[in-house]
Amino acid sequence: MSTLSLAVRDSNTMLRRNLLHARRYPSLTLNLLLTPVMLLLLFVYIFGDVMSAGIGGGGADRSAYIAYIVPGLLLMTIGSTTIGTAVSVSNDMTEGIIARFRTMAIHRGSVLIGHVVGSVLQCVMSVVLVGAVGVAIGFRSTDATALEWLAAFGLLVLFAMALTWVAVGMGLISPNAEAASNNALPMILLPLLSSAFIPVDTMPGWFQPIAEYQPFTPAIETLRGLLLGSEIGHNGWLAVSWCLGLAVLGYFWSASKFNSDPK
Amino acid sequence: MTTPAIAANGLRKSYGDKVVLDGVDLAVPEGTVFSLLGPNGAGKTTAVKILSTLITADAGDLHVGGHDLAADPQAVRAAIGVTGQFSAVDGLITGEENMLLMADLHHLSRGEGRRTTAELLERFDLVEAAKRPASTYSGGMKRRLDIAMTLVGNPRIIFLDEPTTGLDPRSRHNMWGIIRELVTGGVTVFLTTQYLEEADELADRIAVLNDGKIAAEGTAEELKRLIPGGHVRLRFTDPSAYQSAAVALREAGRDDEALALQIPSGGSQRELRAILDWLDSAGIEADELTVHTPDLDDVFFALTGTGTVPNQTTQPKETVR
Repeated sequence: MSTLSLAVRDSNTMLRRNLLHARRYPSLTLNLLLTPVMLLLLFVYIFGDVMSAGIGGGGADRSAYIAYIVPGLLLMTIGSTTIGTAVSVSNDMTEGIIARFRTMAIHRGSVLIGHVVGSVLQCVMSVVLVGAVGVAIGFRSTDATALEWLAAFGLLVLFAMALTWVAVGMGLISPNAEAASNNALPMILLPLLSSAFIPVDTMPGWFQPIAEYQPFTPAIETLRGLLLGSEIGHNGWLAVSWCLGLAVLGYFWSASKFNSDPK
Repeated sequence: MTTPAIAANGLRKSYGDKVVLDGVDLAVPEGTVFSLLGPNGAGKTTAVKILSTLITADAGDLHVGGHDLAADPQAVRAAIGVTGQFSAVDGLITGEENMLLMADLHHLSRGEGRRTTAELLERFDLVEAAKRPASTYSGGMKRRLDIAMTLVGNPRIIFLDEPTTGLDPRSRHNMWGIIRELVTGGVTVFLTTQYLEEADELADRIAVLNDGKIAAEGTAEELKRLIPGGHVRLRFTDPSAYQSAAVALREAGRDDEALALQIPSGGSQRELRAILDWLDSAGIEADELTVHTPDLDDVFFALTGTGTVPNQTTQPKETVR
Protein backbone atom coordinates (compact mmCIF):
# COMPACT_ATOMS: atom_id res chain seq x y z
CA MET A 1 0.00 0.00 0.00
CA SER A 2 1.36 3.41 -0.86
CA THR A 3 2.22 5.84 1.91
CA LEU A 4 -0.63 8.15 1.00
CA SER A 5 -3.34 5.53 0.91
CA LEU A 6 -1.96 4.07 4.15
CA ALA A 7 -2.15 7.54 5.71
CA VAL A 8 -5.71 8.07 4.50
CA ARG A 9 -6.89 4.65 5.59
CA ASP A 10 -5.33 4.77 9.06
CA SER A 11 -6.35 8.38 9.65
CA ASN A 12 -9.89 7.44 8.70
CA THR A 13 -9.81 4.56 11.21
CA MET A 14 -8.57 6.92 13.91
CA LEU A 15 -11.22 9.48 12.96
CA ARG A 16 -13.94 6.89 13.34
CA ARG A 17 -12.53 6.00 16.76
CA ASN A 18 -12.64 9.64 17.87
CA LEU A 19 -16.14 10.18 16.54
CA LEU A 20 -17.22 7.03 18.36
CA HIS A 21 -15.84 8.52 21.58
CA ALA A 22 -17.65 11.79 20.92
CA ARG A 23 -20.89 10.02 20.12
CA ARG A 24 -20.72 7.74 23.13
CA TYR A 25 -19.69 10.47 25.56
CA PRO A 26 -21.32 13.65 24.22
CA SER A 27 -21.32 15.38 27.62
CA LEU A 28 -17.87 16.93 27.16
CA THR A 29 -18.78 18.47 23.80
CA LEU A 30 -22.17 19.64 25.03
CA ASN A 31 -20.72 21.15 28.22
CA LEU A 32 -18.29 23.14 26.15
CA LEU A 33 -21.18 24.44 24.04
CA LEU A 34 -22.86 25.84 27.14
CA THR A 35 -20.30 28.63 27.56
CA PRO A 36 -20.91 30.38 24.23
CA VAL A 37 -24.67 29.84 24.41
CA MET A 38 -24.86 31.23 27.97
CA LEU A 39 -22.72 34.21 27.01
CA LEU A 40 -24.92 34.86 23.99
CA LEU A 41 -28.07 34.87 26.08
CA LEU A 42 -26.42 36.82 28.91
CA PHE A 43 -25.12 39.57 26.69
CA VAL A 44 -28.28 39.88 24.62
CA TYR A 45 -30.97 39.62 27.29
CA ILE A 46 -29.24 40.87 30.47
CA PHE A 47 -26.65 43.37 29.25
CA GLY A 48 -28.27 43.89 25.85
CA ASP A 49 -29.72 47.37 26.41
CA VAL A 50 -26.45 48.87 27.63
CA MET A 51 -24.37 47.00 25.05
CA SER A 52 -26.53 48.01 22.10
CA ALA A 53 -26.43 51.63 23.26
CA GLY A 54 -22.65 51.47 22.99
CA ILE A 55 -22.36 50.34 19.37
CA GLY A 56 -23.08 52.06 16.13
CA GLY A 57 -22.80 55.51 17.71
CA GLY A 58 -25.64 54.78 20.14
CA GLY A 59 -29.32 54.40 19.51
CA ALA A 60 -28.99 50.85 18.09
CA ASP A 61 -31.60 48.37 19.25
CA ARG A 62 -31.27 44.88 20.56
CA SER A 63 -31.49 43.21 17.15
CA ALA A 64 -28.49 45.25 16.00
CA TYR A 65 -26.54 43.97 18.97
CA ILE A 66 -27.54 40.38 18.22
CA ALA A 67 -26.18 40.87 14.73
CA TYR A 68 -23.00 42.33 16.20
CA ILE A 69 -22.37 39.59 18.75
CA VAL A 70 -23.25 36.35 16.86
CA PRO A 71 -20.17 36.20 14.55
CA GLY A 72 -17.84 36.54 17.57
CA LEU A 73 -19.70 33.87 19.46
CA LEU A 74 -19.48 31.48 16.51
CA LEU A 75 -15.69 31.81 16.63
CA MET A 76 -15.72 31.56 20.41
CA THR A 77 -17.63 28.29 19.99
CA ILE A 78 -14.71 26.98 17.97
CA GLY A 79 -12.28 28.06 20.71
CA SER A 80 -14.44 26.38 23.31
CA THR A 81 -14.74 23.15 21.34
CA THR A 82 -10.98 22.89 20.92
CA ILE A 83 -10.58 22.87 24.71
CA GLY A 84 -12.33 19.53 24.47
CA THR A 85 -9.78 18.49 21.86
CA ALA A 86 -6.88 19.32 24.18
CA VAL A 87 -8.56 17.33 26.95
CA SER A 88 -9.26 14.30 24.79
CA VAL A 89 -5.75 14.28 23.30
CA SER A 90 -4.27 14.47 26.78
CA ASN A 91 -6.57 11.68 27.99
CA ASP A 92 -5.58 9.59 25.00
CA MET A 93 -1.86 10.01 25.66
CA THR A 94 -2.20 8.78 29.24
CA GLU A 95 -3.93 5.62 28.01
CA GLY A 96 -1.98 2.53 27.09
CA ILE A 97 -3.71 2.34 23.73
CA ILE A 98 -1.44 5.03 22.27
CA ALA A 99 1.60 2.96 23.22
CA ARG A 100 0.01 0.13 21.28
CA PHE A 101 -0.55 2.35 18.23
CA ARG A 102 3.09 3.41 18.35
CA THR A 103 4.26 -0.19 18.12
CA MET A 104 2.01 -1.00 15.15
CA ALA A 105 2.89 -0.65 11.48
CA ILE A 106 0.41 2.15 10.92
CA HIS A 107 0.83 5.64 9.54
CA ARG A 108 2.59 7.53 12.30
CA GLY A 109 0.59 10.72 12.00
CA SER A 110 -2.81 9.05 11.78
CA VAL A 111 -3.45 9.34 15.53
CA LEU A 112 -3.13 13.12 15.43
CA ILE A 113 -4.82 13.55 12.05
CA GLY A 114 -7.76 11.54 13.39
CA HIS A 115 -8.02 13.94 16.32
CA VAL A 116 -7.74 17.03 14.14
CA VAL A 117 -10.32 15.99 11.56
CA GLY A 118 -12.65 14.80 14.32
CA SER A 119 -12.26 18.06 16.16
CA VAL A 120 -12.90 20.18 13.05
CA LEU A 121 -16.08 18.19 12.39
CA GLN A 122 -17.17 18.74 15.98
CA CYS A 123 -16.44 22.45 15.63
CA VAL A 124 -18.62 22.65 12.54
CA MET A 125 -21.41 20.85 14.37
CA SER A 126 -21.09 23.12 17.38
CA VAL A 127 -21.06 26.23 15.21
CA VAL A 128 -24.25 25.04 13.53
CA LEU A 129 -25.90 24.49 16.94
CA VAL A 130 -24.86 27.87 18.36
CA GLY A 131 -25.73 29.50 15.03
CA ALA A 132 -29.20 27.96 15.31
CA VAL A 133 -29.61 29.52 18.77
CA GLY A 134 -28.51 32.82 17.26
CA VAL A 135 -31.10 32.54 14.48
CA ALA A 136 -33.75 31.56 17.03
CA ILE A 137 -33.21 34.77 19.00
CA GLY A 138 -33.27 36.91 15.89
CA PHE A 139 -29.94 36.81 14.05
CA ARG A 140 -30.41 37.33 10.32
CA SER A 141 -27.92 37.54 7.51
CA THR A 142 -30.05 38.99 4.75
CA ASP A 143 -27.70 40.43 2.17
CA ALA A 144 -24.95 37.75 2.12
CA THR A 145 -24.47 36.10 -1.28
CA ALA A 146 -23.92 32.37 -1.72
CA LEU A 147 -20.26 33.07 -2.34
CA GLU A 148 -20.02 35.01 0.90
CA TRP A 149 -21.69 32.17 2.78
CA LEU A 150 -19.19 29.77 1.28
CA ALA A 151 -16.30 32.05 2.23
CA ALA A 152 -17.70 32.35 5.77
CA PHE A 153 -17.89 28.58 6.04
CA GLY A 154 -14.35 28.25 4.70
CA LEU A 155 -13.10 30.77 7.25
CA LEU A 156 -14.79 28.89 10.10
CA VAL A 157 -13.26 25.57 9.00
CA LEU A 158 -9.81 27.11 8.54
CA PHE A 159 -10.03 28.79 11.94
CA ALA A 160 -11.17 25.53 13.53
CA MET A 161 -8.26 23.67 11.97
CA ALA A 162 -5.75 26.26 13.16
CA LEU A 163 -6.99 26.27 16.75
CA THR A 164 -7.28 22.48 16.73
CA TRP A 165 -3.62 21.94 15.83
CA VAL A 166 -2.62 24.30 18.63
CA ALA A 167 -5.01 22.51 21.01
CA VAL A 168 -3.52 19.14 20.04
CA GLY A 169 -0.08 20.46 21.00
CA MET A 170 -1.50 21.73 24.29
CA GLY A 171 -3.01 18.32 24.92
CA LEU A 172 0.28 16.60 24.17
CA ILE A 173 2.26 18.66 26.69
CA SER A 174 -0.37 18.24 29.42
CA PRO A 175 0.19 15.38 31.86
CA ASN A 176 -3.55 14.99 32.55
CA ALA A 177 -7.01 16.24 31.59
CA GLU A 178 -7.10 19.03 34.22
CA ALA A 179 -3.79 20.44 33.03
CA ALA A 180 -4.98 20.21 29.43
CA SER A 181 -8.13 22.16 30.17
CA ASN A 182 -6.08 24.81 32.00
CA ASN A 183 -3.49 25.04 29.25
CA ALA A 184 -6.22 25.48 26.67
CA LEU A 185 -7.94 28.32 28.56
CA PRO A 186 -6.63 31.01 26.14
CA MET A 187 -8.94 29.47 23.54
CA ILE A 188 -11.93 30.83 25.43
CA LEU A 189 -10.27 33.85 27.11
CA LEU A 190 -8.95 35.41 23.91
CA PRO A 191 -12.43 35.98 22.44
CA LEU A 192 -13.36 37.93 25.60
CA LEU A 193 -10.47 40.29 24.80
CA SER A 194 -11.49 40.68 21.16
CA SER A 195 -14.10 42.61 19.25
CA ALA A 196 -16.60 39.81 19.92
CA PHE A 197 -18.69 41.74 22.47
CA ILE A 198 -17.66 45.38 22.04
CA PRO A 199 -15.90 47.26 19.24
CA VAL A 200 -12.16 47.61 19.68
CA ASP A 201 -12.32 51.42 19.45
CA THR A 202 -14.39 51.56 22.65
CA MET A 203 -11.52 49.91 24.58
CA PRO A 204 -8.73 51.82 26.40
CA GLY A 205 -6.14 53.13 23.95
CA TRP A 206 -3.21 51.09 25.28
CA PHE A 207 -5.23 47.89 24.93
CA GLN A 208 -6.54 48.47 21.43
CA PRO A 209 -3.50 47.08 19.54
CA ILE A 210 -3.64 43.85 21.59
CA ALA A 211 -7.33 43.40 20.92
CA GLU A 212 -7.04 44.37 17.30
CA TYR A 213 -4.20 42.08 16.26
CA GLN A 214 -4.84 38.93 18.29
CA PRO A 215 -6.15 36.01 16.17
CA PHE A 216 -9.82 36.30 17.11
CA THR A 217 -10.51 39.93 16.16
CA PRO A 218 -9.50 39.75 12.46
CA ALA A 219 -11.44 36.49 12.10
CA ILE A 220 -14.49 38.01 13.80
CA GLU A 221 -14.35 41.16 11.67
CA THR A 222 -13.98 39.11 8.51
CA LEU A 223 -16.94 36.91 9.43
CA ARG A 224 -19.01 40.05 10.21
CA GLY A 225 -18.09 41.47 6.86
CA LEU A 226 -19.06 38.29 5.03
CA LEU A 227 -22.36 37.76 6.84
CA LEU A 228 -23.45 41.33 7.49
CA GLY A 229 -21.68 43.38 4.84
CA SER A 230 -19.55 45.48 7.17
CA GLU A 231 -16.08 46.69 6.17
CA ILE A 232 -13.50 43.83 6.10
CA GLY A 233 -10.43 45.80 5.03
CA HIS A 234 -7.09 44.35 6.06
CA ASN A 235 -8.81 41.92 8.45
CA GLY A 236 -9.33 39.38 5.67
CA TRP A 237 -5.72 38.63 4.98
CA LEU A 238 -4.83 39.10 8.67
CA ALA A 239 -7.34 36.39 9.59
CA VAL A 240 -6.12 34.00 6.91
CA SER A 241 -2.46 34.60 7.89
CA TRP A 242 -3.23 33.97 11.54
CA CYS A 243 -5.03 30.72 10.64
CA LEU A 244 -2.27 29.43 8.38
CA GLY A 245 0.45 30.51 10.83
CA LEU A 246 -1.22 28.89 13.82
CA ALA A 247 -2.01 25.73 11.87
CA VAL A 248 1.57 25.30 10.67
CA LEU A 249 3.02 26.16 14.09
CA GLY A 250 0.58 23.86 15.87
CA TYR A 251 1.26 21.08 13.39
CA PHE A 252 5.05 21.13 13.80
CA TRP A 253 4.78 21.56 17.57
CA SER A 254 2.37 18.62 17.87
CA ALA A 255 4.34 16.42 15.49
CA SER A 256 7.60 16.97 17.35
CA LYS A 257 5.93 16.31 20.73
CA PHE A 258 4.23 13.19 19.42
CA ASN A 259 7.36 11.83 17.77
CA SER A 260 9.62 12.29 20.77
CA ASP A 261 10.02 9.26 23.06
CA PRO A 262 7.12 8.90 25.48
CA LYS A 263 8.01 9.01 29.16
CA MET B 1 22.65 -21.08 12.68
CA THR B 2 19.48 -19.23 11.66
CA THR B 3 18.96 -15.57 12.47
CA PRO B 4 17.54 -15.14 15.94
CA ALA B 5 14.05 -13.60 16.18
CA ILE B 6 15.35 -11.02 18.61
CA ALA B 7 18.99 -10.01 18.90
CA ALA B 8 20.56 -7.24 20.94
CA ASN B 9 24.21 -6.36 21.25
CA GLY B 10 25.41 -3.72 23.64
CA LEU B 11 21.96 -2.26 24.29
CA ARG B 12 22.26 0.93 26.33
CA LYS B 13 19.74 3.43 27.60
CA SER B 14 19.92 6.12 30.22
CA TYR B 15 17.57 8.84 31.39
CA GLY B 16 19.74 11.78 32.34
CA ASP B 17 22.29 10.51 34.83
CA LYS B 18 20.42 7.32 35.52
CA VAL B 19 21.70 4.38 33.53
CA VAL B 20 18.80 1.99 32.99
CA LEU B 21 20.34 -0.51 30.57
CA ASP B 22 24.09 -0.81 30.66
CA GLY B 23 25.19 -2.97 27.75
CA VAL B 24 22.66 -5.76 27.44
CA ASP B 25 23.26 -8.67 25.03
CA LEU B 26 20.40 -10.97 24.11
CA ALA B 27 19.61 -13.56 21.47
CA VAL B 28 16.22 -15.24 21.24
CA PRO B 29 15.90 -18.09 18.72
CA GLU B 30 12.71 -18.25 16.68
CA GLY B 31 9.82 -20.17 18.17
CA THR B 32 11.09 -20.10 21.74
CA VAL B 33 10.03 -18.36 24.93
CA PHE B 34 12.60 -16.05 26.41
CA SER B 35 12.03 -14.63 29.85
CA LEU B 36 13.63 -11.53 31.24
CA LEU B 37 13.50 -11.86 34.99
CA GLY B 38 14.16 -9.05 37.40
CA PRO B 39 12.96 -6.95 40.31
CA ASN B 40 11.10 -3.65 39.93
CA GLY B 41 13.31 -1.03 38.38
CA ALA B 42 15.76 -3.51 36.89
CA GLY B 43 15.10 -2.18 33.39
CA LYS B 44 12.81 -4.95 32.09
CA THR B 45 10.13 -2.61 30.84
CA THR B 46 12.69 -0.29 29.27
CA ALA B 47 14.15 -3.25 27.38
CA VAL B 48 10.71 -4.21 26.09
CA LYS B 49 9.88 -0.63 25.13
CA ILE B 50 13.10 -0.36 23.13
CA LEU B 51 12.82 -3.74 21.41
CA SER B 52 9.18 -3.03 20.52
CA THR B 53 10.13 0.36 18.92
CA LEU B 54 8.26 2.42 21.50
CA ILE B 55 11.37 4.31 22.57
CA THR B 56 14.82 4.56 21.03
CA ALA B 57 18.02 3.12 22.47
CA ASP B 58 21.09 5.25 23.15
CA ALA B 59 23.38 2.59 21.69
CA GLY B 60 23.35 -1.01 20.57
CA ASP B 61 23.00 -3.19 17.52
CA LEU B 62 19.38 -4.31 17.67
CA HIS B 63 17.50 -6.63 15.34
CA VAL B 64 13.95 -7.92 15.64
CA GLY B 65 12.52 -10.30 13.08
CA GLY B 66 15.69 -9.77 11.06
CA HIS B 67 15.08 -6.01 10.75
CA ASP B 68 17.33 -3.32 12.14
CA LEU B 69 15.42 -1.39 14.81
CA ALA B 70 17.13 1.90 14.07
CA ALA B 71 16.99 1.69 10.27
CA ASP B 72 13.59 0.14 9.69
CA PRO B 73 11.33 0.36 12.75
CA GLN B 74 8.23 0.10 10.58
CA ALA B 75 9.27 -3.38 9.34
CA VAL B 76 9.87 -4.42 12.94
CA ARG B 77 6.40 -3.15 13.88
CA ALA B 78 4.85 -5.25 11.13
CA ALA B 79 6.43 -8.37 12.63
CA ILE B 80 5.65 -7.89 16.31
CA GLY B 81 2.77 -7.73 18.75
CA VAL B 82 3.10 -6.00 22.09
CA THR B 83 1.17 -6.30 25.32
CA GLY B 84 2.54 -3.74 27.71
CA GLN B 85 2.47 -3.73 31.46
CA PHE B 86 -0.44 -1.33 31.61
CA SER B 87 -3.49 -2.31 29.68
CA ALA B 88 -3.34 -1.00 26.14
CA VAL B 89 -7.07 -1.09 25.52
CA ASP B 90 -9.37 1.81 24.69
CA GLY B 91 -11.56 1.95 27.78
CA LEU B 92 -14.17 4.21 26.20
CA ILE B 93 -15.28 1.71 23.58
CA THR B 94 -16.43 -1.89 23.88
CA GLY B 95 -14.23 -4.96 23.75
CA GLU B 96 -15.57 -5.83 20.33
CA GLU B 97 -14.95 -2.31 19.03
CA ASN B 98 -11.39 -2.53 20.34
CA MET B 99 -10.90 -5.73 18.35
CA LEU B 100 -12.43 -4.26 15.18
CA LEU B 101 -10.20 -1.20 15.58
CA MET B 102 -7.17 -3.50 15.55
CA ALA B 103 -8.52 -5.33 12.50
CA ASP B 104 -8.90 -2.00 10.67
CA LEU B 105 -5.39 -0.92 11.62
CA HIS B 106 -4.05 -4.23 10.30
CA HIS B 107 -5.95 -3.48 7.09
CA LEU B 108 -8.04 -6.62 7.20
CA SER B 109 -11.13 -6.64 5.04
CA ARG B 110 -14.45 -6.10 6.79
CA GLY B 111 -15.41 -9.77 6.73
CA GLU B 112 -11.98 -10.93 7.74
CA GLY B 113 -11.95 -8.42 10.60
CA ARG B 114 -15.32 -9.60 11.89
CA ARG B 115 -14.25 -13.24 11.65
CA THR B 116 -10.95 -12.68 13.45
CA THR B 117 -12.69 -10.63 16.13
CA ALA B 118 -15.33 -13.28 16.73
CA GLU B 119 -12.70 -16.03 16.88
CA LEU B 120 -10.45 -14.25 19.32
CA LEU B 121 -13.28 -13.07 21.58
CA GLU B 122 -14.42 -16.68 21.74
CA ARG B 123 -10.92 -18.00 22.38
CA PHE B 124 -10.31 -15.54 25.20
CA ASP B 125 -13.70 -16.05 26.78
CA LEU B 126 -14.86 -12.50 26.17
CA VAL B 127 -18.00 -13.14 24.13
CA GLU B 128 -20.38 -12.15 26.92
CA ALA B 129 -18.45 -9.00 27.72
CA ALA B 130 -17.94 -8.03 24.06
CA LYS B 131 -20.63 -5.34 24.01
CA ARG B 132 -19.56 -3.65 27.25
CA PRO B 133 -17.07 -0.75 27.44
CA ALA B 134 -13.60 -2.08 28.18
CA SER B 135 -13.30 0.27 31.18
CA THR B 136 -15.83 -1.91 33.01
CA TYR B 137 -13.69 -5.06 32.66
CA SER B 138 -11.87 -6.71 35.55
CA GLY B 139 -8.07 -6.81 35.57
CA GLY B 140 -7.98 -10.34 34.18
CA MET B 141 -10.48 -9.56 31.43
CA LYS B 142 -8.59 -6.43 30.40
CA ARG B 143 -5.40 -8.45 30.19
CA ARG B 144 -7.15 -11.08 28.04
CA LEU B 145 -8.59 -8.42 25.76
CA ASP B 146 -5.16 -6.83 25.57
CA ILE B 147 -3.58 -10.08 24.38
CA ALA B 148 -6.45 -10.79 22.02
CA MET B 149 -5.85 -7.36 20.43
CA THR B 150 -2.15 -8.14 20.14
CA LEU B 151 -2.98 -11.33 18.22
CA VAL B 152 -5.21 -9.71 15.58
CA GLY B 153 -2.39 -9.26 13.09
CA ASN B 154 -0.97 -12.75 13.63
CA PRO B 155 2.40 -11.44 14.86
CA ARG B 156 5.32 -13.90 14.75
CA ILE B 157 7.09 -12.24 17.66
CA ILE B 158 5.20 -11.23 20.78
CA PHE B 159 6.39 -9.07 23.66
CA LEU B 160 4.59 -9.56 26.94
CA ASP B 161 5.59 -7.18 29.70
CA GLU B 162 4.66 -8.69 33.07
CA PRO B 163 1.50 -10.28 31.69
CA THR B 164 0.44 -11.74 35.03
CA THR B 165 1.33 -8.98 37.46
CA GLY B 166 -1.73 -8.15 39.52
CA LEU B 167 -3.71 -11.19 38.39
CA ASP B 168 -5.28 -13.67 40.79
CA PRO B 169 -3.90 -17.25 40.73
CA ARG B 170 -6.63 -18.57 38.46
CA SER B 171 -6.19 -15.80 35.89
CA ARG B 172 -2.44 -16.30 36.10
CA HIS B 173 -2.77 -19.98 35.24
CA ASN B 174 -5.14 -19.12 32.40
CA MET B 175 -2.56 -16.68 31.08
CA TRP B 176 0.12 -19.36 31.21
CA GLY B 177 -2.14 -21.62 29.17
CA ILE B 178 -2.60 -18.87 26.59
CA ILE B 179 1.14 -18.29 26.32
CA ARG B 180 1.85 -22.02 25.93
CA GLU B 181 -0.74 -22.17 23.16
CA LEU B 182 0.97 -19.32 21.33
CA VAL B 183 4.30 -21.06 21.41
CA THR B 184 2.80 -24.25 20.02
CA GLY B 185 1.85 -22.17 17.00
CA GLY B 186 5.53 -21.33 16.43
CA VAL B 187 5.40 -17.81 17.82
CA THR B 188 8.46 -16.34 19.53
CA VAL B 189 7.61 -14.92 22.94
CA PHE B 190 9.64 -12.36 24.86
CA LEU B 191 8.28 -12.31 28.39
CA THR B 192 9.22 -10.22 31.38
CA THR B 193 8.27 -11.26 34.87
CA GLN B 194 9.10 -10.81 38.52
CA TYR B 195 8.23 -14.39 39.29
CA LEU B 196 10.82 -17.14 39.06
CA GLU B 197 8.01 -19.68 39.04
CA GLU B 198 6.52 -18.10 35.94
CA ALA B 199 9.80 -18.06 34.05
CA ASP B 200 10.36 -21.63 35.18
CA GLU B 201 6.94 -22.71 33.87
CA LEU B 202 7.13 -21.04 30.50
CA ALA B 203 10.57 -20.08 29.35
CA ASP B 204 13.10 -21.99 27.30
CA ARG B 205 15.75 -19.55 28.36
CA ILE B 206 15.85 -17.06 31.19
CA ALA B 207 18.00 -13.99 31.62
CA VAL B 208 18.24 -12.28 34.98
CA LEU B 209 18.41 -8.53 34.65
CA ASN B 210 19.81 -6.59 37.55
CA ASP B 211 20.84 -2.97 37.63
CA GLY B 212 20.72 -2.72 33.84
CA LYS B 213 22.99 -5.70 33.25
CA ILE B 214 22.35 -9.36 32.54
CA ALA B 215 23.48 -11.04 35.76
CA ALA B 216 23.01 -14.57 34.39
CA GLU B 217 21.44 -16.33 31.47
CA GLY B 218 20.50 -19.92 30.85
CA THR B 219 17.75 -22.49 31.16
CA ALA B 220 15.78 -22.66 34.40
CA GLU B 221 17.83 -25.68 35.42
CA GLU B 222 21.11 -23.93 34.74
CA LEU B 223 20.05 -20.93 36.79
CA LYS B 224 18.92 -23.06 39.68
CA ARG B 225 22.31 -24.67 39.82
CA LEU B 226 23.77 -21.21 40.34
CA ILE B 227 21.78 -20.49 43.45
CA PRO B 228 22.65 -21.87 46.87
CA GLY B 229 19.39 -23.76 47.28
CA GLY B 230 16.92 -23.61 50.08
CA HIS B 231 17.36 -23.47 53.77
CA VAL B 232 15.74 -24.38 57.05
CA ARG B 233 15.04 -21.45 59.31
CA LEU B 234 14.97 -21.87 63.06
CA ARG B 235 13.42 -19.11 65.12
CA PHE B 236 13.82 -18.64 68.85
CA THR B 237 11.92 -16.47 71.30
CA ASP B 238 14.44 -16.74 74.12
CA PRO B 239 17.68 -14.84 73.40
CA SER B 240 19.79 -17.16 75.56
CA ALA B 241 18.45 -20.25 73.78
CA TYR B 242 19.27 -18.48 70.52
CA GLN B 243 22.82 -17.72 71.68
CA SER B 244 23.58 -21.27 72.75
CA ALA B 245 22.09 -22.66 69.54
CA ALA B 246 24.16 -20.22 67.51
CA VAL B 247 27.30 -21.44 69.26
CA ALA B 248 26.38 -25.08 68.70
CA LEU B 249 25.45 -24.55 65.04
CA ARG B 250 28.42 -22.59 63.89
CA GLU B 251 27.74 -23.42 60.26
CA ALA B 252 24.33 -21.74 60.34
CA GLY B 253 23.71 -18.21 59.12
CA ARG B 254 22.71 -15.84 61.91
CA ASP B 255 20.03 -13.22 62.03
CA ASP B 256 20.57 -11.73 65.47
CA GLU B 257 17.71 -9.27 65.29
CA ALA B 258 15.10 -11.86 64.47
CA LEU B 259 16.74 -14.48 66.70
CA ALA B 260 16.82 -16.86 63.77
CA LEU B 261 19.34 -19.31 62.35
CA GLN B 262 19.46 -20.55 58.78
CA ILE B 263 20.79 -23.95 57.91
CA PRO B 264 21.30 -24.60 54.20
CA SER B 265 19.18 -27.49 52.99
CA GLY B 266 17.67 -28.75 49.78
CA GLY B 267 14.43 -29.47 51.60
CA SER B 268 14.22 -33.22 50.90
CA GLN B 269 12.81 -35.56 53.54
CA ARG B 270 16.23 -37.12 54.09
CA GLU B 271 17.99 -33.82 54.55
CA LEU B 272 15.29 -32.61 56.94
CA ARG B 273 15.56 -35.77 59.03
CA ALA B 274 19.33 -35.31 59.22
CA ILE B 275 18.89 -31.76 60.45
CA LEU B 276 16.30 -32.77 63.03
CA ASP B 277 18.54 -35.58 64.32
CA TRP B 278 21.41 -33.20 64.55
CA LEU B 279 19.33 -30.60 66.43
CA ASP B 280 18.11 -33.30 68.84
CA SER B 281 21.63 -34.53 69.58
CA ALA B 282 22.80 -30.97 70.16
CA GLY B 283 19.86 -30.42 72.51
CA ILE B 284 18.46 -27.48 70.57
CA GLU B 285 14.76 -26.76 70.56
CA ALA B 286 13.62 -23.96 68.27
CA ASP B 287 10.24 -22.30 68.71
CA GLU B 288 9.54 -22.37 65.02
CA LEU B 289 10.99 -24.31 62.11
CA THR B 290 10.26 -23.38 58.49
CA VAL B 291 11.58 -24.82 55.24
CA HIS B 292 12.40 -22.33 52.47
CA THR B 293 12.75 -23.36 48.85
CA PRO B 294 14.77 -21.09 46.53
CA ASP B 295 12.84 -18.09 45.31
CA LEU B 296 13.60 -15.03 43.25
CA ASP B 297 15.28 -13.41 46.26
CA ASP B 298 17.74 -16.28 46.49
CA VAL B 299 18.48 -16.05 42.79
CA PHE B 300 19.20 -12.38 43.10
CA PHE B 301 21.30 -12.51 46.18
CA ALA B 302 23.24 -15.40 44.74
CA LEU B 303 23.71 -13.85 41.31
CA THR B 304 24.38 -10.30 42.30
CA GLY B 305 25.98 -10.74 45.70
CA THR B 306 24.12 -7.73 47.01
CA GLY B 307 25.09 -7.27 50.65
CA THR B 308 21.87 -5.67 51.70
CA VAL B 309 20.38 -8.69 53.42
CA PRO B 310 22.96 -9.83 55.97
CA ASN B 311 21.44 -13.19 56.85
CA GLN B 312 21.67 -14.24 53.21
CA THR B 313 25.22 -13.23 52.48
CA THR B 314 26.65 -14.96 55.54
CA GLN B 315 24.92 -18.17 54.59
CA PRO B 316 27.45 -20.96 54.11
CA LYS B 317 27.28 -22.89 50.87
CA GLU B 318 28.02 -26.30 52.36
CA THR B 319 25.05 -28.57 52.86
CA VAL B 320 24.47 -30.31 56.14
CA ARG B 321 25.47 -33.94 56.45
